[in-house]
Amino acid sequence: MLAKRIIPCLDIRDGRTVKGINFENIRDAGDAVELARIYALQGADELVLLDITATHEKRKTLYELVGRVAAEVNIPFTVGGGISTVEDVGMLLSNGADKISVNSAAVRNKKLIAGIADKYGSQCVVLAIDARQEEGRWIVYLNGGRVHTGIDLYDWAREAEQLGAGEILFTSMDHDGTRDGFALDALRHLSEHVRIPVIASGGAGRMVHFRDVFTHGIADAALAASVFHFGQISIPNLKDYLSSQNISIRPQLK
Amino acid sequence: MKVVIIDYGAGNTRSVQLTLERIGIHARLTDEADEIRAADKVIFPGVGHARSAMDVLRDKKLDTLIPSLRQPVLGICLGMQLLCTQSEEGDTPCLGIFDEQVKLFPASGKVPHMGWNTATASDAALFPAGWYYFVHSYYVPLSSYTVLGCDYITGFAAAIHRDNFYGVQFHPEKSGKTGEVLLTNFLKL
Repeated sequence: MLAKRIIPCLDIRDGRTVKGINFENIRDAGDAVELARIYALQGADELVLLDITATHEKRKTLYELVGRVAAEVNIPFTVGGGISTVEDVGMLLSNGADKISVNSAAVRNKKLIAGIADKYGSQCVVLAIDARQEEGRWIVYLNGGRVHTGIDLYDWAREAEQLGAGEILFTSMDHDGTRDGFALDALRHLSEHVRIPVIASGGAGRMVHFRDVFTHGIADAALAASVFHFGQISIPNLKDYLSSQNISIRPQLK
Repeated sequence: MKVVIIDYGAGNTRSVQLTLERIGIHARLTDEADEIRAADKVIFPGVGHARSAMDVLRDKKLDTLIPSLRQPVLGICLGMQLLCTQSEEGDTPCLGIFDEQVKLFPASGKVPHMGWNTATASDAALFPAGWYYFVHSYYVPLSSYTVLGCDYITGFAAAIHRDNFYGVQFHPEKSGKTGEVLLTNFLKL
């Protein structure tokens, strides 16, 4: 049976992870490669590396990092942050990334998703959407939540699917950072609205939130950052718990 | 041991190469007929569209070379599908080593089939049963060639074998330790 996926997200700046990391036996907590390797060993199903500097001058550092992660890590990983051209994607994939995620640039340039999908296939295109609920509607925001678009979340998700996106990574800005749980109703509606997998993001705080996002939210995957990095939830414990709740997960190899 | 990865611009070759390096094998990327023929093991990867992939294989005259190979050949993902007779993806005639039609998943579930799924063995000595990472919209039906089966919307072949030809629908290079064991087993053939 297809497993629900658990995806830690690493925020990267200048080739280093930015959020605090609380692990035992870690050699260099800021080293993204070391952290990626440990998450893979712990049973993470995929990884997301989000480059939050994303300036043009820093791209070379990112490509080198991607190459080092690809050499060390034996699970799929996605790279996002500042991708605005098909050429950017080519550089990331040729350095060993499995997928890329696009966000603001895909809204501004409707040809971007189709361009990437045509050249490299839909399987490598993750569309990231940040949205917030306003007067009952979910509205898409750009530039890390700073730019309001007026675009409806569900309309944009469906359009992106038609353009060739292979997955939707939906972050609820209303839930992100609250640790009160994921945006379950919106996720369920989104998952029923598109025919491609949906990755839930924003709001993870306790293990029960992951159960709920897979049952009520019917998400295909759940992404979180700080609950993993700060050690509040360990991936092996989370997977044992989800198994006990009859959710299909890939057990860690003992 | 000489291991080559067939280079025909079909994505993910770097991941395959890096995974082989982790298990101690340096594999050359090549589209040279002589080098492929001389290799001990041949890996035939693939991501993308069946028709464009077959076009490139024909341009490079690899469409006649691959079926003539006598050493163990492992097709991965699209590479496995191209070893079959025909694909519904663009109604594309393929290499014809496995007498199978590659089909599109029915619309009753999410397509592509993406993520980790369990493969069960009908010939466990060859490839281990376990969790593997899949990304595909088309599938090879279950048949007498099947050595690993999987279930998503319908039952389908996760791995196939005929003579010196092997195919896996999943990505062993992205399937954690289990994938590395499978690749090691193939290299020992």
